[in-house]
Amino acid sequence: MTLLAFVDAQTLVDAVGLGAVYALMAVGIGLVFGVLRLVNFAYGQVTMVGAYTLAFTAAWPVGLSVAACFAVVVALSLVMDRAVFRPLRGQSPAVMLVTTFAVAFLLQAVALLVDVRDDTIGEPAVSVAPLNQAITVHGVDVRKVTLVAVGAAVVALAALALLLTRTTIGLHTRAAAADFETARLLGVRANRVIGFSVLLSGLLAAGVAVILTVQFPLVTPDFALRDTIVVLVGVVVGGLDRLWTATLGGFAIGFASGVINGALPTDKTVFLPSAVFALVILVLLLRPAGLFVWGRQATVDRL
Amino acid sequence: MADPALELVDVEVRYGPVPAVRGLGLRVDPGEIVGLIGPNGAGKSTTLHAIMGLLGVHRGDIRVGGRSVLGRPPEAIARRGVALVPEGRRIFGGLTVEENLRLGLAARRGNGADPLADAYELFPMLREFRRRQAGVLSGGQQQQLAIARALVARPQLLLLDEPSLGLAPTAVDTVFDALAAIREAGVTILLVEQRAQRTVALADRTYVLVNGTLRLELSPADAADTVKLVAAYLSA
Repeated sequence: MTLLAFVDAQTLVDAVGLGAVYALMAVGIGLVFGVLRLVNFAYGQVTMVGAYTLAFTAAWPVGLSVAACFAVVVALSLVMDRAVFRPLRGQSPAVMLVTTFAVAFLLQAVALLVDVRDDTIGEPAVSVAPLNQAITVHGVDVRKVTLVAVGAAVVALAALALLLTRTTIGLHTRAAAADFETARLLGVRANRVIGFSVLLSGLLAAGVAVILTVQFPLVTPDFALRDTIVVLVGVVVGGLDRLWTATLGGFAIGFASGVINGALPTDKTVFLPSAVFALVILVLLLRPAGLFVWGRQATVDRL
Repeated sequence: MADPALELVDVEVRYGPVPAVRGLGLRVDPGEIVGLIGPNGAGKSTTLHAIMGLLGVHRGDIRVGGRSVLGRPPEAIARRGVALVPEGRRIFGGLTVEENLRLGLAARRGNGADPLADAYELFPMLREFRRRQAGVLSGGQQQQLAIARALVARPQLLLLDEPSLGLAPTAVDTVFDALAAIREAGVTILLVEQRAQRTVALADRTYVLVNGTLRLELSPADAADTVKLVAAYLSA
């Protein structure tokens, strides 16, 4: 008898939806880690900026509002790369990690300053709210946003796989992730490869912003912060050294969170983070290299 | 007179306060193959890394085709026509043989119809194994791949860092035969090696580097002079 026997189909559907969103976030974090060896703690705040963009453009046509979100997030990602990551390239991982903390808190502080101009904290992002409507399939309510999240994850991962395996820039990115110095010795342009990864990561963050605002329409300066921490943990649990294991780790922790949330009695959901992180500790004790890392895979190419 | 393919002028490279290469002057003319031999720790690999921009130069100048490359990033130097076959081969084990070769095209100007054809002609084994993961190749096959990967860039200057290191004798023969063929094709070569006798015999000139400074210049005629070769190494 497994845990899944204690949860209903509704919980499983919601868990898959959450897992898909976290998988997208994990890909965004894993892509940048692959080429820069940088754990970007500010990833959630980039998503938060996208969510605020959706909130501030809520009166616009939906397509325009979403396009603005993508444009702002991608631009912010590229500016971060140029202004922060590039000058720090070659520094120790600790320096870069602390810097991303600083960037995260800076973005959060700026968001707070902008947000409180109307004397309230939080802006509603309702442009994509209709996606919260549910359709019933065999007695199970499936919110449209769940379908969008799963669809977006499948399409994004398939497109990413094609980009990485079928294009020259993808080949250069995979080589840079495996051994950046040798790739540069062969003429692979470091800035172009990193810019490409940051661009893709930004596109994913924008997509996540759209999906998360459907589920959490009130955008605050700490929007997506908790999700980012959970995804970072999931990425480590899955295996940070390879993109696909990191992605699976993101999905797994999202799915596990959804299932545990559904399995816990309503008055006990406050224990959800404790239950999830207890599971994480157990996994790391049993498989310290990563839940999905087998044999020698931890030491080979990362994308 | 044409500019030298490579010229090092009074080069000093340091690791922190410790000089690894001092006052190094070296010239490689177009079409030449020049050897650089010496004991472990002499500064041979350091010299190659400085040429490729992996290490900063404390003093002096490094010129490729008459133009200084100091301060340029490795990818810019590669795109200027300098290719390095690094020590330990450093092939991408998780990529296929063909993908490794395609990476070499990053520094090449104009790919042509079949940019990998020359590499496959020089090392036919690579065509046979082109769909295999490079990590499963033997050491000798990986070295052929590393050399071929450098050549697909059509470099003006090829730097090799101990290409015979750790190879079986037959694989060493294959590598040195390939170097002779590459020279015939007109590629300028700077060869760093531990196999002194074979290097001296192959190269137009061979320098002996000891403790970061050039001690001796040898000609192919010196290849058979074992006493002179041993004395060059022992001068450390």
